[in-house]
Amino acid sequence: MIESGTTFDEKIFYINRALVKSYADASGDQNPIHQNEEFAVAVGLPNVIAHGMLTMALAGKYLTDIAGGSANVLEFSARFTKPVIVPAGVDVDLTVSATVTDVSGGRATISLSATSQGIKVLGLAKAVILV
Amino acid sequence: MISPDSIGRTFAGTESLTVTQSQIDAFCAVIGESDTTVAPPTFSIRITLDQSQAILSDPAIGLDWTRVVHGDQRFEIFKPIKAGDSFTCSSTIESSKAIAGNQIVTVRSDLHHNGTITVSTWSTLVVRG
Repeated sequence: MIESGTTFDEKIFYINRALVKSYADASGDQNPIHQNEEFAVAVGLPNVIAHGMLTMALAGKYLTDIAGGSANVLEFSARFTKPVIVPAGVDVDLTVSATVTDVSGGRATISLSATSQGIKVLGLAKAVILV
Repeated sequence: MISPDSIGRTFAGTESLTVTQSQIDAFCAVIGESDTTVAPPTFSIRITLDQSQAILSDPAIGLDWTRVVHGDQRFEIFKPIKAGDSFTCSSTIESSKAIAGNQIVTVRSDLHHNGTITVSTWSTLVVRG
């Protein structure tokens, strides 16, 4: 039962270089800051970073599970507050949770939280789903 | 700098793009989605990222894509995308403002199918000064 105040169990996704490469191929975003450590450092990043849209896609998977399928997701928005940093040979966490903030007219508004290594990576993440 | 007369204008893409099952499968595989009958909620970025860059690449518009960082993203999905759907894309520069030496540009991209909008997306782009 989804009602205002309902919270959903946290889920941890793991992001590594291989996943970032798969996302680059699946999305067509081959920006080298997501694949080439030397390039990323040269432009002032601490290391390779995951695509903001990869973190949003994973949060979207969490959302789809809540909604009972992708077809029930009507709106989804997020701000990319901090990058997910992905050093070579490491699985970094993306920890997602959510709360229902409103239900009306057969739709629920969901507020999502997404952190990596304890740092908030998506801000104001919000969705509207059919219930 | 975004040219002032580009703000508020909609630029229509001419290319028609057909979504394939293998594109949906690849996107689903990355996020661990087993239901591949409809595209995941953020799948449309696969089309709008390339398309908006192509549509808004005219130097007269003044958007320097090489200096762009993605600030935020929003999707409004009117109908789920399925394999075989064909779309054209249009992009609108909704706003542009200067903040702390950067330009903050909001671009709306719509995917059109048979005269109706299937998905609307908004991207805030931070163009580093």
